[in-house]
Amino acid sequence: MKRISVLFLSFLLIVTSLIVLPGCNKDRVVLNVFNWGQYINPDLLTKFEKETGIKVNLELFETNEHMLAKLEAGGTAYDVVFPSDYVIEEMIQKDMLYKIDFNNIPNFKYIGDRFKNLNYDPTNEYSVPYFWGTLGIIYNSEMVDEEVDSWDILWDEKYAGKILMLDSMRDTIGVALKRLGYSVNETDPSKLEEAKNLLIQQRPLINGYYVDEITDMMINGDAALALNWSGAAMDIYWEGAEHIKFAVPEEGANLWFDCMVIPKTSRHKAEAEKFINFMLDPENAYLNSEYVGYASPVTSVFERLMEENPEIADMDAYNPSEEVLDKCEVFIDLGDKRPLYNQIWTEIKVE
Amino acid sequence: MVKFLKRFYLCLIFIFLYAPILVLIVYSFNESKSRGHWGGFTLKWYGELFRDRDIIKALYYTFLVALLSSIISTIIGTFSAIGIHNMGLFGKNFALNINYLPVLNPDIVTGVALMTLFISVNMRLGFLTMLISHTVFNIPYVILSVLPKLKQMNKHMTEAALDLGATPAYALRKVVIPEIMPGVITGALIAFTLSIDDFVISFFNTGSGVTNLSILVYSMAKRGVKPSINALTTLMLITVVILLLLINKRTTKGDELLP
Amino acid sequence: MKNKAKYLAYPYIVWMAIFIVIPLLLVLIYSLTAGNVNDPSSLSFSVESYTRVFDVMYLKVIWKSFKLAIISTVFCLVLGYPVALIISNVKAKYKSILLMFFLVPIWMNFLLRTYAWMAILSPNGFLNRVLSLLGLPTLSIMPGQTAVVLGMIYNFLPFMVLPIYTSLSKINRNVLEAAMDLGANNFITFLKVILPLTVPGIISGITMVFMPAVSTFVISQLLGGGKELLIGNLIEQQFTVQRDWHFGSALSIILMIMILISMAVMSKVDNDNGNGGAPTW
Repeated sequence: MKRISVLFLSFLLIVTSLIVLPGCNKDRVVLNVFNWGQYINPDLLTKFEKETGIKVNLELFETNEHMLAKLEAGGTAYDVVFPSDYVIEEMIQKDMLYKIDFNNIPNFKYIGDRFKNLNYDPTNEYSVPYFWGTLGIIYNSEMVDEEVDSWDILWDEKYAGKILMLDSMRDTIGVALKRLGYSVNETDPSKLEEAKNLLIQQRPLINGYYVDEITDMMINGDAALALNWSGAAMDIYWEGAEHIKFAVPEEGANLWFDCMVIPKTSRHKAEAEKFINFMLDPENAYLNSEYVGYASPVTSVFERLMEENPEIADMDAYNPSEEVLDKCEVFIDLGDKRPLYNQIWTEIKVE
Repeated sequence: MVKFLKRFYLCLIFIFLYAPILVLIVYSFNESKSRGHWGGFTLKWYGELFRDRDIIKALYYTFLVALLSSIISTIIGTFSAIGIHNMGLFGKNFALNINYLPVLNPDIVTGVALMTLFISVNMRLGFLTMLISHTVFNIPYVILSVLPKLKQMNKHMTEAALDLGATPAYALRKVVIPEIMPGVITGALIAFTLSIDDFVISFFNTGSGVTNLSILVYSMAKRGVKPSINALTTLMLITVVILLLLINKRTTKGDELLP
Repeated sequence: MKNKAKYLAYPYIVWMAIFIVIPLLLVLIYSLTAGNVNDPSSLSFSVESYTRVFDVMYLKVIWKSFKLAIISTVFCLVLGYPVALIISNVKAKYKSILLMFFLVPIWMNFLLRTYAWMAILSPNGFLNRVLSLLGLPTLSIMPGQTAVVLGMIYNFLPFMVLPIYTSLSKINRNVLEAAMDLGANNFITFLKVILPLTVPGIISGITMVFMPAVSTFVISQLLGGGKELLIGNLIEQQFTVQRDWHFGSALSIILMIMILISMAVMSKVDNDNGNGGAPTW
């Protein structure tokens, strides 16, 4: 028995060291970044690691709701997260974020004024703008020869089986609400019921609910129309698919802002702020915007891309006109009405 | 005629089984990224495969966790099987019924339950939680493989050894373990295979950048797959075929692994 | 030795209590409470999660999961039994090679196999390209229920074949000869002798296909386009998006109970299970 216990113990020792080894580089700081898919230039991460010696672990999420669920569940230690406007509101309310020390983020001065102190973070203490854009319809002009100016086209039987919707609760429900002439932040149950029925009616016509799959599917010609964000259309454009266009319908859509925040689970707040500052450097922001396709809130970068590529200045996917912006609404946090939306969304997905 | 039909049917089934894999292999040589058209023959995706940080990291973790959890679960499982085998009827049934829960339960329930445990004790999801989760579902399979061998073993052999002056530990080492070794090895292999292929349980119980091949392919399938995954499929197929050929050669005399 | 040997199992009993029993208990507790999961003091007893499941909408999901799982299982049985039969009748030297090649796909990663089907069935995928080259109309199978069922059959067919094959290989050849001697032709022999003797294998196979089929969420997610929600997807959503751990736990418990009941029913049918519960590998 004694020999076996000795063997057993030494085995345990080996195993424990094997387990501990992978996590052994405790002296080197590792930053855990939680971001959307295809939303950051990987070269920038390498550049950051070279410049600061801080290693970056990038994890991806699909929608704000996925991200929130992960953060709220616990067991995570993300240092920088990239939520959208209404989610930041909720996170501030739930005291999930650190106040950012802007002395560590001198590059904040490069951000355009109209992106500061927005209603989801009025004192601008918790968030730093990252990308912004609108919600609209990406369409294949070779498969759709009419003008795309209304959300109605997503319910058009002509394109049955070739329509893609977003697997994102607020965005898809928001579209139905806009089509009915209501606000994207509507909380009246009867109006939401109408929107729900509209979306249930739409189900047989759509190919499916997706998020990151959409850009590939549009490029491959798997679909004719897709509900998606403006920057995705730019991404497709930069890939060379010039027949794929973007439009914001007359009824109006959603204007959104994605920002960088530091959740309270972070153990490296100072390094997180370094990272945020790094992303705001005009040269880095330029490389990022160019790679990802979305519009940067750093004024010089936004304009530089238009100078180098004059044709995009007219594209709503990159530079939406005043007209378009007037018709767009920003999402606000639903507060205690969230379960109502959750319920409706489940009913739509399950039908 | 009947013979022809049989062969034809078998062929059809094999085509059905291999077609998707072969399609991926063909695409792995496709110059064009798009699944739509053929852009020309190329080997570049194989090069990309070895340079891709994410894929290498996923493979590293997949193998590390599979190796560690199969070793740990084999050792714990074997000793526990011996222990359970020697328990009284009531204890034995009780222990076995609980032991088989991870086998009977759908993985999503096991995965979610484990995640609930880790989170309620505020444990950070990462390498350790993934390793523990894999071990949890591996041990029952080891026990499942070793127990029958213990039952088949002649009960009097251990008694004889003890009568002849062996210490219990010696008897264990020299008599019991060699007898049940085939079951132990089968158990270890099953554990390893299950671990390499696992998705659901890992999905719910990992974090901090620790990932495995299945999780990687899942997120790629949703994001737009990198063509290097097709290259990986080809390499996997070759590896698996070689491995199985080797195993086949070694067990042509004994029918342990292939009934 | 007997007395001391049993102590070898005690550490594992503790392990099981911690990692098998407690997690399931936690899930049970969450299913029977309401309130903020992160704040234990806010939890209160409630069967609300269970009553919610009885909403028509969710019952439809459960029904759909069962329906698709049953269809896939039936197809696997109908397609797989002949395969097992044919392989078991093949000359011994080819048997292990055939079996080996049959096993290869299982050893390839499950996600990769499902992804491979996406490449074939998608609108511009391989299948449609071949069809259009031949001048035939293209099919829009994916995403949809048919694609999900195909994915299930593809992934689980080998798991139906293996247990049946094992059962078949255990049949004593003499029994078959005896049947022939007594005047039975091939068909009758099959029906009255072979089939009944392979019932354990069939039961095993059905279990190994039905259980993962009814609880999957990967296959329905990737091949269903987010439109075909099965129980597995519902559960996954509660934990990853909807943040409703109570409802997710209730669904998990219900799924678990349904599976345990199905298996109890099946083991009643199969009374020849005297090998200590060893897997039919």
